[in-house]
Amino acid sequence: MGTAPRTHRPMAPVAAIARFNDRLSLRGSFAIRRSGRLVASLLIVVLASFFVVHLVPGDAVRAALGPTAPVGLVENTRADLGLDKPLPQQFTDYVGGLFRGDLGTSIQSRQDVAEVITSRFPTTLTLATLGFAVALVGALPLGMGAALIARSTKGGSANPVISGGLGVLIAIPDFLLSAILIAVFSVWLAVLPPAGWGDPGSLVLPVLGLSLGPMAYLARIVQVEMIKVLDSTYMTTAKAKRLPQRIVLFRHALPNIVTATLTVGGLLLSGLTAGTVIIETVFAVPGMGTTLISAVQTKDYPMIQGVVLVFALMVLGVNLLVDLILITVDPRTSISEG
Amino acid sequence: MKRFVGPAGLTAILGTAVLMVIAFAGPGIWGEAATARSVPDRWTPAGAEFLFGTDDLGRDIFARVMVATRMSLLLTLGATAIGVTGGVIVGLTASILPKYPRRILIWLMDMLLAFPWLLLVLFFTVIWGATATGAMFAIGLAGIPNLTRLVYNLASSVSGQDYVRAARVVGVGPLGVLFRHILPNIANPLLVQVSASASVTLLSFAGLSFLGLGVQAPAYDWGRLINEGIGHIYTNPMAAIGPGVAIVFAGLVFTMIAEALADRPGQGLRGVAAAGRASLFPRGPGRKTRSDAAAVAPPVGGVDPGGDGTALAQVTDLSVSFPDGEGGFVERVRGVNLSVRPGEIVGIVGESGSGKSLTAMALAGLSDDRAIVKARTRRFDDIDLGTPLSRKEGKRLGTELGIVFQDPLTSLNPALRIGRQLTEVSRTHLGMSREEARQRAESGLDAVGIAEPRRRLKDYPHEFSGGMRQRAMIGMALTAGPRLIIADEPTTALDVTVQKQVLDVLHRAQRATDTAIVLISHDVALVSGFCDRVVVMKDGEVVENLDARRIREEARHPYTRGLIACLPDMRSDRTRPLPVIDDRSGPGEQDAGTPEVGAVSGAVRAGEESPL
Repeated sequence: MGTAPRTHRPMAPVAAIARFNDRLSLRGSFAIRRSGRLVASLLIVVLASFFVVHLVPGDAVRAALGPTAPVGLVENTRADLGLDKPLPQQFTDYVGGLFRGDLGTSIQSRQDVAEVITSRFPTTLTLATLGFAVALVGALPLGMGAALIARSTKGGSANPVISGGLGVLIAIPDFLLSAILIAVFSVWLAVLPPAGWGDPGSLVLPVLGLSLGPMAYLARIVQVEMIKVLDSTYMTTAKAKRLPQRIVLFRHALPNIVTATLTVGGLLLSGLTAGTVIIETVFAVPGMGTTLISAVQTKDYPMIQGVVLVFALMVLGVNLLVDLILITVDPRTSISEG
Repeated sequence: MKRFVGPAGLTAILGTAVLMVIAFAGPGIWGEAATARSVPDRWTPAGAEFLFGTDDLGRDIFARVMVATRMSLLLTLGATAIGVTGGVIVGLTASILPKYPRRILIWLMDMLLAFPWLLLVLFFTVIWGATATGAMFAIGLAGIPNLTRLVYNLASSVSGQDYVRAARVVGVGPLGVLFRHILPNIANPLLVQVSASASVTLLSFAGLSFLGLGVQAPAYDWGRLINEGIGHIYTNPMAAIGPGVAIVFAGLVFTMIAEALADRPGQGLRGVAAAGRASLFPRGPGRKTRSDAAAVAPPVGGVDPGGDGTALAQVTDLSVSFPDGEGGFVERVRGVNLSVRPGEIVGIVGESGSGKSLTAMALAGLSDDRAIVKARTRRFDDIDLGTPLSRKEGKRLGTELGIVFQDPLTSLNPALRIGRQLTEVSRTHLGMSREEARQRAESGLDAVGIAEPRRRLKDYPHEFSGGMRQRAMIGMALTAGPRLIIADEPTTALDVTVQKQVLDVLHRAQRATDTAIVLISHDVALVSGFCDRVVVMKDGEVVENLDARRIREEARHPYTRGLIACLPDMRSDRTRPLPVIDDRSGPGEQDAGTPEVGAVSGAVRAGEESPL
């Protein structure tokens, strides 16, 4: 037998409350699962950043200070870093330090790692946020427009110029795209500075270099989703109502592509946070990315540990934020998640 | 192989050949020019002598790009090999592990996947140091989570198939299943993924070398060359762009290889997310109408009562065709005449693909944008649907013509509250206030038997049951007081008991407001019981147009008679097999009663889905 047909007598108050509780518990169990995942991820991130020094083959401190450094200096530095203590104690010290906001001291510059990160974090955050905003704001109209064009042509194929352009933007690696941007806007047209960070003009190229690739990718997702939506029966229903085009697009189509766009957008945003490393290097932006690269090159392990940890936390934060937005925007997320 | 004949295949073969020749012969041909220092030639801009200019030691950058091909490709292939080997091992292991270890492994991979590749690569680079081999291992390892997930997804989609289950049942061990059944069946999508991931790996490597964390001087790959060139972008942009062109070219070649390996166009380009699964379940060619159908089954009952100008809605000589994707067109509906008088209930019956929905959608002016609709007349009341609609005509169609579709879950917008969907026509077209529109919607829901309509208006469609959704859909079609409702299989997706409720609702609405209804169905019993007139369609043509009450007596066309013969009634002999509609035989050869392999589908369909 199939499911019993539902009766449509007035729902008793008790049933209404049960239904409400149902929804609450669905959200609740989603929240519990999600927090469980977050805690486990945090644990792994902290473990990874702690163990990176220990995973380096040979003597990390010797590698950092170079083969010519005197033995005494190496021993002292090792003691400073606490690497001479037993491993479990090192770990508890490390975690304890994290809770106090103490990320250690740079081997190379002797600066406080937390201070360096605090001074450089806002730059990276600004770059990533602007980049994401530009990608999202550009991708929606691009993708929706491409889908409309694809669906209004007889034959229904995607417009080769649009999909070709998007394909090129997706395929070009961000450092190369940045080089092209510099060549065009700084060298050839000479309208924008090729490097630095400060006045609004200097933000344009780094933000474009960071966002154009993800924007093209996201536009393609939006296009695919939009075509799915345009082909759906409920859009025919909306068409049958003969509503004005803008209502059909913005009220009926847009909310249905938001979920997929945000899900992919979330992945892109966490990708963007790492993309800042490359963009900052190209444009000599004084953010966490340039700090990380020079730390890796000079084997400044405490600095690497700190910056990697902050980057990983940023990624986790972004993923959490996207999930939270998704359950608010789309009431079905918490259900389908199970 | 056939798939390498297409443009993607040719590009892939040509591109691979070019890359291989340069990689093998490059260092021999350009090796000298790439290392020859020449102080007077320092920083020569790009030109005829030096295609990409020269670097700070006067070395020819073009020659260096050519020589770097071998290093770049070898490192890419090495990193890809590491990632693929790891991914295949972990992914296949996961697919045969018991439930809990499998879940933990996949969860771990998913968690790693949440981190951008660059972060993982940097992490591994820290461990192995900034060298070419260190970077190769770092990129290879960082690729493992993604490839694991892919292999695992592919493997689990195959391991659920019947033939794999059958192998398990007859006692094939997990390894046997893995190597004999799963691996061969995921090999092709896996190859597609490997080429796609080689393309990503190439870019990653270039990125890492560009950051100064990959290949170290004096060795160089393309990324390293960009790194060296970008500092001098003012004097010679080609120093950075030149090696970039090489990277993009090689990346495109890898993508084209993926595209050529893929069974369906676009699959390789779509890369990670969409591949694999699609090629495991190739879709059959689309159904085309048989061109000889007209000769076999000449229209018998094409007479269309109501075609005399009294009709509310009318199409004459309607044809609907679609591009077949190969430059031609497939005609799915041809020569159809159909008219609906005010207050009349017309049923259209026919099997899937008979063109009944296309006809109805053309009648409603809601054909797909890609469809090519031709008709001598196509009108609703005095509105010509063949020409662009004026604003006023749109308004009238939006209110006077209601639509109900087969699946209420997909025909109501999942992202909008029921209330919004039921009020917007009144608000937009009838100029009602929010409150008036809400009251109208409430009485609409009430009319279709939905309790507590005021509260229910705040719900989303997914909070309704299937039958309620369909009644809400009908309520929506009724809110503006339509003169014609087109209902396309409105009960097919519903339980038998709910079907009855929905039909009752439609019927009541029809009697109360004298609305005309076009009811589309494959169910001849339902249609003949519900409608005044029945139009039978087959292969895109109307084969019969009958009075519903006398359908058993008047049906002439063998197809209609076959449909009716399939209806069991009180006199049916239950021990005999259901009759068969043989759509290949001519009218004289019709022999209802002999089951025949290959022609059973019509009988099964009609027999199964008739309500008892």
